[in-house]
Amino acid sequence: MVDTVKKPKATRDAYGEALLELGRKRKDIVVLDADLSGSTKTNKFAKEFPERFFNMGIAEQDMIGTAAGLALSGKVPFASTFAVFETGRAWDQIRLTVCYSRTNVKLVASHGGITVGEDGASHQALEDIAIMRALPNMSVIVPSDANETVSVINAVADHKGPVYVRLGRAKVPHVMPENHSFILGKAHIFHIGKDATIVACGIMVDAALRAANILKKDGIDAGVINMSTVKPLDEKALLDAAKTSKLIVTAEEHSVIGGLGGAVAEFISENRPIPVKRIGVLDSFGCSGTPEQLLRHHGLTAEHIVETIKKFAGL
Amino acid sequence: MSQAWMITDIEKLKETAKEIRIEILKMLTSAGSGHTGGSLSAVDIAVAIYFSKMRFNPDDPFWPDRDRFILSKGHAAPLLYAILAKAGYFSSDILCDLRKMESPLQGHPCCKSIPGVEVSTGSLGQGLSVANGMALGLKLDNNPARVYCIMGDGEIQEGQVWEAAMTASHYGLDNICAVIDRNGLQIDGPVEKVMGIEPLTDKWAAFRWHTQRIDGHDMESILGALAEADKTRGKPSVIIADTVKSKGVSFFEGKVEYHGVTPSNEELEKAIKEINNG
Ligand SMILES: Cc1ncc(C[n+]2csc(CCOP(=O)(O)OP(=O)(O)O)c2C)c(N)n1
Ligand SMILES: [Mg+2]
Repeated sequence: MVDTVKKPKATRDAYGEALLELGRKRKDIVVLDADLSGSTKTNKFAKEFPERFFNMGIAEQDMIGTAAGLALSGKVPFASTFAVFETGRAWDQIRLTVCYSRTNVKLVASHGGITVGEDGASHQALEDIAIMRALPNMSVIVPSDANETVSVINAVADHKGPVYVRLGRAKVPHVMPENHSFILGKAHIFHIGKDATIVACGIMVDAALRAANILKKDGIDAGVINMSTVKPLDEKALLDAAKTSKLIVTAEEHSVIGGLGGAVAEFISENRPIPVKRIGVLDSFGCSGTPEQLLRHHGLTAEHIVETIKKFAGL
Repeated sequence: MSQAWMITDIEKLKETAKEIRIEILKMLTSAGSGHTGGSLSAVDIAVAIYFSKMRFNPDDPFWPDRDRFILSKGHAAPLLYAILAKAGYFSSDILCDLRKMESPLQGHPCCKSIPGVEVSTGSLGQGLSVANGMALGLKLDNNPARVYCIMGDGEIQEGQVWEAAMTASHYGLDNICAVIDRNGLQIDGPVEKVMGIEPLTDKWAAFRWHTQRIDGHDMESILGALAEADKTRGKPSVIIADTVKSKGVSFFEGKVEYHGVTPSNEELEKAIKEINNG
């Protein structure tokens, strides 16, 4: 399942390349950034298409409003900065001029989650999925690897309406099948487990797949669903899992409050109640440390998924 | 109880600035990540504020009569930590733990993990609003303490800074002294190329602030400007300090890429020699 041949790559790097390709194909693509184009990788687009790139300075709220205006002039704006500032600093602008006005703005943020590392809590977005998901008309996507990111970026460029795409800083292994093509709102089901199914997004898909492999050796059948579209949820995939599995475990690099885990728990409890366990950051801020230390500290590991399933699947 | 520092000797302040620069470089080298350029550009200003002006008591960090300091450009955390250690808030032994797991010295200042940090910063553009709130509170209590706030020149592109600029003059907050570290650079390039902010003095004057523009590495000018800010009544003061990013390390100076790149061990050694000889 896991392609171990290709080198790990950050989803933000894939974004930079996909955006450049998109810019070559489509003249209506414009890009905005808030003084972080080297980190979000929009600098590739900026270099080739300086007339279609707008550096807004350190002014995220202004960036979102300007993106909405560009969308209203028929352009397809991609606005990028770190996930904390993109979603948190400019939330009301996103709410009014992007979601309520349903403008065709693509919010693509890098540095989601704790793998931001040493910069610490102020720079680690752990609530962004929750606050974007709460907005009507917003779609929320968390790609799992570089290839899926390319597919996501092309899909959202074609999609009409507001989208939030959350990318990461750190390199991640390739987890999706070679021929996979992303469709908004459609999860990728690796396998549905008799004992449990892990519903994951972003970097936690890799951890989920590794957890499933470890459990298999112990005779435990754990499935994995890559729920890269957190909103709208792939309800059919979840119902399939709830019909077959005894337990659903969600895994995300985000607070357990309001993110993927929250969304899945809401849906399952109302539609086909079975036990749901959420793995994520437990109602706390992050801190400085290496990405590996932080993942371990917050239990965002294959090992912790394994323990959780063993403990709660009645095994 | 708080007068231990109050250095009035310019030579001694300059020596302290050298020590702080060396501490910053050591911390950053040990951390392997962090913000070199903007920590070094504000050293002379911060040293002058802390060690010649501010009244504080490291043994009683919440002493009500203390002057307040907000590092609004929180990415210059190494500068703040080096100064707080020198001032006696904590042992300088922990400086080498910057950015490491479990260290109180977070990548950006966290007021809940280390004494002497008044409020957490790191998301740019928010410090001046908090400074205003502190200044309003002090006035309500008839407390003569002052509030200092250092901002980056890129940082003031944030709209909130200008909202706060209005508030400070509207309420006549003459107990505030803001300093803009005008090093001319942000991350994506020169400030004037990314999103121009000039004419800076005119803008702040139009917002009804008392303005001064000085050489932010000339200790005498800094002290003069701080004294003038002290004396200004009825309006807040801003000092626009022209500085050089990465000041003190000739091979990093004015180079945009050293915003967020830390010295190698060899560079550290070379830099320390240069600073000691300079
Ligand atoms: C709200 C917000 N947006 C973006 C960033 C990322 N960031 C950190 S430092 C920096 C550039 C700051 O430039 P400037 O204020 O000139 O600081 P200095 O040159 O003194 O380092 C940016 C964009 C941030 N910390 N906060
Ligand atoms: Mg600057």
